[in-house]
Amino acid sequence: MKTLSIQNLHASIGEKPILHGLTLTIPQGEVHAIMGKNGSGKSTLAKVMAGHPDYTVTAGDVFLNGESILGMEPDVRARLGLFLAFQYPMEIPGVTIANFIRAALQARLPEDQELEATEYYAQLYAKMDALSIPRQFTARFLNEGFSGGEKKRCEILQMAMLKPSYCVLDETDSGLDIDALKIVSSGVNALRGPDVGMLVITHYQRLLNYIVPDKVHIMAEGKIVLSGDKDLALKLEAEGYDWIEAL
Amino acid sequence: MNELQPSNSTMAEQVQIDRSIGDFSYNVDYTFDAGVGLTEETIDYICDVKKDPDWVRKFRKEGYKKFLEKPMPTNWASKDLENIVFENIRYYLSQGQAPKRTWEEVPEDVKKTFERLGIPEQERKFLAGVEAQFDSEAAYSNIKEAVGKQGVIFVGSAEGLREHPEIFKKWFGKVIPSGDNKFSALNSAVFSGGSFIYVPPGVKVSHPLQAYFRINAQNFGQFERTLIIADEGAEVTYMEGCTAPKFETATLHSAVVELVALKGAKIQYITVQNWSANVFNLVTKRGLAYEDAEVKWIDCNIGSRLTMKYPGVIMKGRRARGEVVSIALAGDGQHQDTGAKMVHAADETTSNIISKSISLGTGRSTYRGLVHIPKHLKKCKNNTECDALLINTNSRTDTYPAITVRGQGHSVQHEASVSQINAEQIFYMQQRGLSEAAAMSLAVNGFVNDLVQQFPMEYSVELKRLIDLEMEGSVG
Repeated sequence: MKTLSIQNLHASIGEKPILHGLTLTIPQGEVHAIMGKNGSGKSTLAKVMAGHPDYTVTAGDVFLNGESILGMEPDVRARLGLFLAFQYPMEIPGVTIANFIRAALQARLPEDQELEATEYYAQLYAKMDALSIPRQFTARFLNEGFSGGEKKRCEILQMAMLKPSYCVLDETDSGLDIDALKIVSSGVNALRGPDVGMLVITHYQRLLNYIVPDKVHIMAEGKIVLSGDKDLALKLEAEGYDWIEAL
Repeated sequence: MNELQPSNSTMAEQVQIDRSIGDFSYNVDYTFDAGVGLTEETIDYICDVKKDPDWVRKFRKEGYKKFLEKPMPTNWASKDLENIVFENIRYYLSQGQAPKRTWEEVPEDVKKTFERLGIPEQERKFLAGVEAQFDSEAAYSNIKEAVGKQGVIFVGSAEGLREHPEIFKKWFGKVIPSGDNKFSALNSAVFSGGSFIYVPPGVKVSHPLQAYFRINAQNFGQFERTLIIADEGAEVTYMEGCTAPKFETATLHSAVVELVALKGAKIQYITVQNWSANVFNLVTKRGLAYEDAEVKWIDCNIGSRLTMKYPGVIMKGRRARGEVVSIALAGDGQHQDTGAKMVHAADETTSNIISKSISLGTGRSTYRGLVHIPKHLKKCKNNTECDALLINTNSRTDTYPAITVRGQGHSVQHEASVSQINAEQIFYMQQRGLSEAAAMSLAVNGFVNDLVQQFPMEYSVELKRLIDLEMEGSVG
């Protein structure tokens, strides 16, 4: 079975350790959720997996379909099929959405192969329609001047176009009103399937009403402290995080 | 002869050092060679070879005198200028043939060069006329028949001064006096090649005219002289490109370009400068805009060791407009010292300067701008924007704006910014599968995107390619 597997991961930023031996396996075809308080290390986990240069892995490993990815550049990991939907997507002035996604797709092709433009635009427009993104957005500069909801929809658009085998969604619900949340969730649900593994990182249970997970993990102080099914999220919502600390 | 000569020790090395398309040279036999160094005899030699009329000989000698008198502008510009050894330069090299009207007639070795640079192909595709200069003289010069029939003159400067003295003499050296600066004086002394263009009243040339300047020889100085006159209501776009092989020794390129836009005329002058990193590129460019006329310089500097170039517009007539749009990319060891000069000399004149520079590695880009609006004028406007992007921590940028505005009722705006591509942006793009170099390229192309749009399509594609090549070498 193909999996994204995190084994005993320890990581620091500067001198400060944040992840303390985190172990988690996400098989393709499943959606896992990680919940945790602010500061529990959720976003660090996402960035470490994607290869952010500010973090140092001090122990453990991350395997994508059995292959260790920690020694790889972020772009190599991405081309292997790892996608991170950012909590705070960056603004790239002067680079249009259409050109950016096109460049990202082109980067996945062999050097002598040119992306077919007509087909590309047909796909792009179809996915934009599904996410209720107006056509004129293709000519807008990536994330520049976008509202919070527009940025998140644009992340899901990129995810849909790049067809990753593992998606990590970092607080995708933050800054979304209920309508935007529904659009984004249905966009994510449309990508669920037997060939995709997903890790949904969130602070609130609300998102999990729309993206229903197969498993829920609770994270505290840099590791997983409790795992269960989707009911665990409901319990957390009802009782807060305090009882976790008593465990 | 005709054998491809890698200009640096080995082919493999050459490919690594310089990825640009222009880095090659052929062995060429020169019939006329003024030798090394500059004296009065050199000038006489050039006059004799070119069969200059007496007034040109006199003009050259006066230019030479001024060149000797004028100091190097190292008091305000780069000290690197002191590294130009005028005694080591060859001032005139040619095969002694008049420019050909068809590519078939162009000598094989020269033709091969321009074919490799894609000039004949571009000419077929989108140009109204082409002049291709090889060292001191044009090897090829032709204008599409339909354009010639409209009365448009597009010839080399030598043919211009011989065949059309009544127009040529009227404007030659009037926009830029030979004593304007040390290098305009030097150009006046030894000029050869360049274009002469005259567009008759009301004629709008629909496609661009293009000149391509190629330096093939080592230790050589290229001193072309271009004069473009758009008569009342006429419109013309002129584009110039340039390359040279990468030699170990310094090469000098010092052109003078004068533009005259008579009442209601429009001239757009586009440059994509991609000299190799051993070329000192010291160019004086200025346009005169009469009533309701417009002069626009679109200037892109990617190559050279040191470029000093400040295209200017003197707005002499009411409601005249001047514009400079410039992109500079200073790679490792390069210095792009560029900018604009806007001299308002009539009421209701408008000028606009937009400059974007990118400094990579140890590259340095300098913006120098001069805007002059005197006291007696009314309702003049200037807008200046200059943005600099620094890629590495040892890259450098400087801005020296000089804006003198006297009198009332003028509107002047100046904005400047310096930015860096941040690591989070690069990480974000890498997470989408782009390599670090590709991410950098995309960000840099994004930074200049709005200006690149102003170039004709064929040039903007080329520009993007050149930026990509520069970025590839700067990362990793």
